[in-house]
Amino acid sequence: MSVAAASPAGRAAAELARWPGALKIGAAMLALIVLAGLAAPWLTPYDPLTQDLVNALQPPSARHPFGTDNFGRDVLTRVLYGIRIDLPMGFFMTYVPLIYGIVLGALAGYFGGWFDAVLMRILDVTVAFPFLVLIIVIVAILGPGVHNIYIAVFLTAWTMYARLARAEMLVERGKDYVLAARTLGFGPWRIVFRHVLPNIANSSIVFSMTDFVLTILLVSGLSFLGLGIAPPEPEWGTMVAEGRDFIFDAWWICTLPGLAIVVTGSALSLVGDGLAQRLGERRHALL
Amino acid sequence: MAPLLAIEDLVVEFRTRGGRIVALNHVFLTVQAGETLGIVGESGSGKSVLCRTILRLLPTPPAEIKGGRVMFDGEDLLDAPEARLRQLRGTALAMISQNPATALNPVWPIGDQITEGLRVHGRIGRREARKRAVELLRRVGIPSPELRVDEYPHQWSGGMVQRAVIAMALAGGPKLILADEPTTALDVTIQDQILALLLDLQAASGMALVLVSHDMAVVAETSDRVAVMYAGRIVELADTRTIFREPRHPYTVGLMQSIPRIEGGAGRLRPIPGQPPSLADLGPGCPFQPRCAVASPDCATTPVAPVEIAPGHWSACLHPERVGALL
Repeated sequence: MSVAAASPAGRAAAELARWPGALKIGAAMLALIVLAGLAAPWLTPYDPLTQDLVNALQPPSARHPFGTDNFGRDVLTRVLYGIRIDLPMGFFMTYVPLIYGIVLGALAGYFGGWFDAVLMRILDVTVAFPFLVLIIVIVAILGPGVHNIYIAVFLTAWTMYARLARAEMLVERGKDYVLAARTLGFGPWRIVFRHVLPNIANSSIVFSMTDFVLTILLVSGLSFLGLGIAPPEPEWGTMVAEGRDFIFDAWWICTLPGLAIVVTGSALSLVGDGLAQRLGERRHALL
Repeated sequence: MAPLLAIEDLVVEFRTRGGRIVALNHVFLTVQAGETLGIVGESGSGKSVLCRTILRLLPTPPAEIKGGRVMFDGEDLLDAPEARLRQLRGTALAMISQNPATALNPVWPIGDQITEGLRVHGRIGRREARKRAVELLRRVGIPSPELRVDEYPHQWSGGMVQRAVIAMALAGGPKLILADEPTTALDVTIQDQILALLLDLQAASGMALVLVSHDMAVVAETSDRVAVMYAGRIVELADTRTIFREPRHPYTVGLMQSIPRIEGGAGRLRPIPGQPPSLADLGPGCPFQPRCAVASPDCATTPVAPVEIAPGHWSACLHPERVGALL
C-alpha cells in the first residue's frame, strides 16, 4: 500500500522518475523547439520576410549561422519562425480530429446499431484511399490554402481515432465496471464519457504522436507541392521547395529547413515511444 | 405481507444462430423483505441471466423477455420505463458482481466511485459524498478509510476491492441486493469474511439479499431459503433446512452429493453423471431426465412444472417420492 505523495511537487517528481529515457529526451527536445518558436523574435535580429538582396545566397557564417537564401533572408530566422507555423498546424490537425474521432468511435462502439453501421462504412471508404492522395484530391478540389488543408484533414484524420476508440470500447463495455455503472443506474452518456473514455484514450494518445509527425510532414509536403502555404511565408516545406532550385550552389537553403522537420519529427517520435512505454500501450506502426 | 420481490412465470429467450434458446423457463420466485434467498445451479443454468433480468440489464437483442412479471415493491419492473429503472438501480436495487478485479473503474479513486451513485441520483454534494464514502468503507471493514478513500483500485487487494464493491452497492440504501457469485473469484478465507460481512450488513439494515452461487455449501451457511436452478428452470425451492434434510428433486441431491464433507470420512464423491443439456434442443419432458437415477419412461415425454408438494416446498419432479431413496 502506498499513501498518496503529500505535495503536488512530490507527486510530479515521482511521476518524472518513472518516465522512460525516450520520453525524457523527446519531451526536452519538444520543449526546446516550442520555446525556440515562442522566443524567435528575441533569438535573431532579422525579420523572416524582409529581403536583403545584397546578401543573397551567403553560406553559413557567424552572422548567418544557417546562411541566407536567394532573397537574402536569414535561413535560421525563417526556420525559427517556421516553428510558429508548422507546430500549431500539426497540433490542431492532430488533436481536434482526435477529440471527435474518439468520441464518435466510442459512441459507435457503445451503442452499436445503425449509428455504428453508418460510421463504419464511412471509415471503410476513407481508409480505402491512400491518406495523402485523399488529402491532395480534397485540397485540389477546394483550392490550395491553409483553410482548405484544415478542412481536408478534419474530414479524414478522425477515422483512425474512431477506429481505435471503437475497438477498445467493444472490449471495455463487456467489463464489470461498466455493468456496475449500469447497475447503479447511470445513463449511457455518463458511462461513455466519464467511465469508459478515460480508459480507452491511451492508445489514441500514443498513436497521436505518430500522427503529429505525419501531419507536419503532410503540411510541409503539401506546401512543397504548392498546395499549402504560399511562398513568402517561412513554412518548412515551402522553404525546401524554394531552395531546391539552388541545391547545388546553396545546399543550406533546403537542407536546414529539412533538418528542422527531421528533428521535430524525431522529438515527437521519441515522445510517442516513451508514452507508449509509460502507459503500457502497444505502439502502432506508422499507419 | 406482500413479498418485496415476486417473479411470476418469467420467460427469457436468446436468439442465436443455432436457434432460440430458452434461458429462463417459467421462473417463479419470491423474496421477502429482509430475507436471504440462495440461488444455486451449475454454470449456464440461468442464475446470472435471472439477476440481470431483474435489473433489466440484459442486452435485448439477443435476449428477449417473452413473458411473466417481475414485481418489485408493488411495481412491475418489466413494464417500467428506462428512467424509472435507472432511478431504482442506484437506490432500491443493487447488484454485486462476480469479479472484483474489474468491477471498479481503474482510472478513478475508489471513494469517488462508491458515492458516484449518490451524487448522480442528486442527493448529496461533493463534500458530503466524501464523508459518506469514508463512512461506507468503515462499515464494510476497510481499516483507516479516511486514508484509503482516495486510493485507486490497483492499490487494493481483491478482497478489499470486493468490500468496496459492496460499499458501492450499499451506498444507495437498497432494499434488495443481488449478489451474483460475490465470492467466486476470492480465496476461501476471504470468501468467508465477505459472506459474513454481507450477512452482518443485511442484519443491520434489514435489506433482502439474493445470493447466487454454484456452491451448495455457501448457500447452506447463509440463506433462509434456497432455489435450485437447472436448465433455466427453478427445479426445487424450499427453506434451507428442508432442502438439505428432505430434498425432493434428484438434481438437488446430486448437487449435495458432489461436495466433499468434512465429517463423512474419505468416501468417493458422487458426481452427477452426464453433462447439462444444451438449451437449444430440450425435449418435451424433464430436462434432468437423461442424468437422473430415478427417472421413469414418462419423464422424457411429460412436461414438468413445479408443484407445491408441502407448504413452501416446490419441486419440479414427476416422482418426488422416489428422491428419498437417493440419500
